Amino acid sequence: MKAISHVAGRAIPFGRKNVDTDVIIPAHWLKTITREGLGKGAFEAVKKEAGNVFDDPEFSGAPILIAGDNFGCGSSREHAAWALLDMGVTSVIAPSFSDIFSGNAFKNGILTVALPQEAIDRLMEVAQTDPIEIDLETQTVTTRFQDRYSFEIDPFRKHCLLGGLDEVGLTMAQDDAIAAHEAKARDALPFLAKTPATI
Amino acid sequence: MLREKACRFPLNCGSGAPNRAFTMTTKPRTLYQKIWDAHVVDTRDDGTSLIYIDRHLVHEVTSPQAFESLRVAGRPVRRPDLTLAVPDHNLPTTARKDAAGHILPITDPESAQQLAALKKNAPEFGIRYIDATDAEQGIVHVVGPEQGFSLPGATIVCGDSHTACHGGIGALAFGIGTSEVEHVLATQTLLLKQSKSFEVRVDGKLGAGITPKDVVLHIIGVIGTAGGTGHVIEFRGNVFEEMSVEGRLTVCNMAIEGGARAGLIAPDETTFAYIEGRPYAPQGEDWAKALAWWKSLATDEGATFDKTIALRAEDIQPTVTWGTSPEDTSAIGGVVPAPEDFADASKRDAVKVSLDYMGLTPGTKLTEVEVQNVFIGSCTNSRIEDIRAAAEVLKGRHKADNVKWAIVVPGSGLVKAQAEAEGLDRIIIEAGLEWREPGCSACLAMNPDKVPAGERCASTSNRNFTGRQGPGSRTHLMSPAMAAAAAVTGRLTDVRELVG
Repeated sequence: MKAISHVAGRAIPFGRKNVDTDVIIPAHWLKTITREGLGKGAFEAVKKEAGNVFDDPEFSGAPILIAGDNFGCGSSREHAAWALLDMGVTSVIAPSFSDIFSGNAFKNGILTVALPQEAIDRLMEVAQTDPIEIDLETQTVTTRFQDRYSFEIDPFRKHCLLGGLDEVGLTMAQDDAIAAHEAKARDALPFLAKTPATI
Repeated sequence: MLREKACRFPLNCGSGAPNRAFTMTTKPRTLYQKIWDAHVVDTRDDGTSLIYIDRHLVHEVTSPQAFESLRVAGRPVRRPDLTLAVPDHNLPTTARKDAAGHILPITDPESAQQLAALKKNAPEFGIRYIDATDAEQGIVHVVGPEQGFSLPGATIVCGDSHTACHGGIGALAFGIGTSEVEHVLATQTLLLKQSKSFEVRVDGKLGAGITPKDVVLHIIGVIGTAGGTGHVIEFRGNVFEEMSVEGRLTVCNMAIEGGARAGLIAPDETTFAYIEGRPYAPQGEDWAKALAWWKSLATDEGATFDKTIALRAEDIQPTVTWGTSPEDTSAIGGVVPAPEDFADASKRDAVKVSLDYMGLTPGTKLTEVEVQNVFIGSCTNSRIEDIRAAAEVLKGRHKADNVKWAIVVPGSGLVKAQAEAEGLDRIIIEAGLEWREPGCSACLAMNPDKVPAGERCASTSNRNFTGRQGPGSRTHLMSPAMAAAAAVTGRLTDVRELVG
């Protein structure tokens, strides 16, 4: 995972609410066995709408996406996060995110920033003409017009994002604790701790 | 000794582990809390916990990148014995063998590649694998409970959001992304923050012809698609207590459509009777131990939830969706709403876009909306009860002429065999519908089963998202009985007019 601390640049003023992961990347793009190349399929249906922001050359390669409430709801497909990364988006700002998407985003080094709707409305306005800056260290979103919004982030996620840490490796280092739990479960809950060997 | 007395839960009887999860507690707990506590490996200062995963279901779409990462890092699968792989999303639902019994190739090269990757990865990492042509193959969320692989009180994950389904047998089950699939394969754990708890009560008497699907669509219509975000839902009340396991699986399956990563229904005698004797179910001494523990899992009296709503069963009608979000529900007797009917400005905009996409005019009676396609299947509604409910409506009837494509897709090979043993396939075929091989099928347009652009589908699946059943497809979600009724009349129909 790539470390992330500061994101600055143009922001795609998408703004739509309840954007599901089928919209971010439709199912027929999920037949891949790698993580790359999904940017082409990102927001495929939206791109068919005349005058959509994704086809506006102004926002081509923009590192930030601004959306409405409940971004990333629906399917658990991590391809949604890979598609965003592939189109160059490394941070999404929205009033709220689905639980699964925000986890997937985090694990791919995408910074999700939750801000109140008023802030979103203002940033949507700024995004039309000017860049936006997000600083993870200070947990702030700023613009050149002196706008300044603070956001909350889970300390562990912040730590991992700043360091680009591999969560699997971190957990594998806790092997003793996992083995101890397994030993305890073998006695207490043997029916969960194993499956019949004969199948 | 007080410690002995207070202990109602075997894992908590450990010898003085410093961990919070293993400390004694007499505070009333919810079902969710009890399962959570039994699986905490470690808790950090920031409240993140390392949670042990008892069962991991793997399918072909969300696993290739996870296996590849393990291979690159030289990491083995920690507990292949707790992992089960089965292909479902990509598989065509047409015949898998020719008349001579030879396996037919998958024509889509990308699907073939993904299916081949699972078939290669599973044995390479020592994981049990059910092949496309095995009798037990099916949709992971049908196969898990059916095989007894999914158990009450277990933590169950799969790289698929409808893993919430397994909550119907009282398991804490939720969907994960591919990085988490890799994490579970490598460590058999997940790093999680505990969710809030949300009690959804439905009490009273359901009217004739009202099915579990109507119940869950009604609930999502009330709470909205973000109503359960950050929460685990426990469905409570006599309606769920009286429901079959199949019905409970349908309800919990769609918890994710209400924004909740997991849904739960307390395991009871109905659950135990369902599980006993299944291939992966505990046996002998283990079965007795399991029963004793499972019976202790129900939410304690006096336990509190972070959020509660209570609905009346009598208010639930046969329910369909009219828009492109599962919260866009209406009783079948209703009309297509107008954007102005909604107080929230952004919802008004969404409804406008949605109605345009759906080709619907406000004020139109839902029963006047014609459908060209019917899909009965998916992890929500492809179990034997669902096939029976559809067949009951189809018996002695025929699909309408304007219905061009109507398929019934059993959730597994075993459901298919059972339905055929009961003669349901004949009823379905005689009614002019197709009887297919098990798989995810037209739920998500990853395989050849798709709804053409601009056409409508009466569908028993779980998502009516834009393009979900194929680019430009228009989905109306409903129960199997309602979808069968739509097949017969060629329009959205109140099934009670045909049956009962």
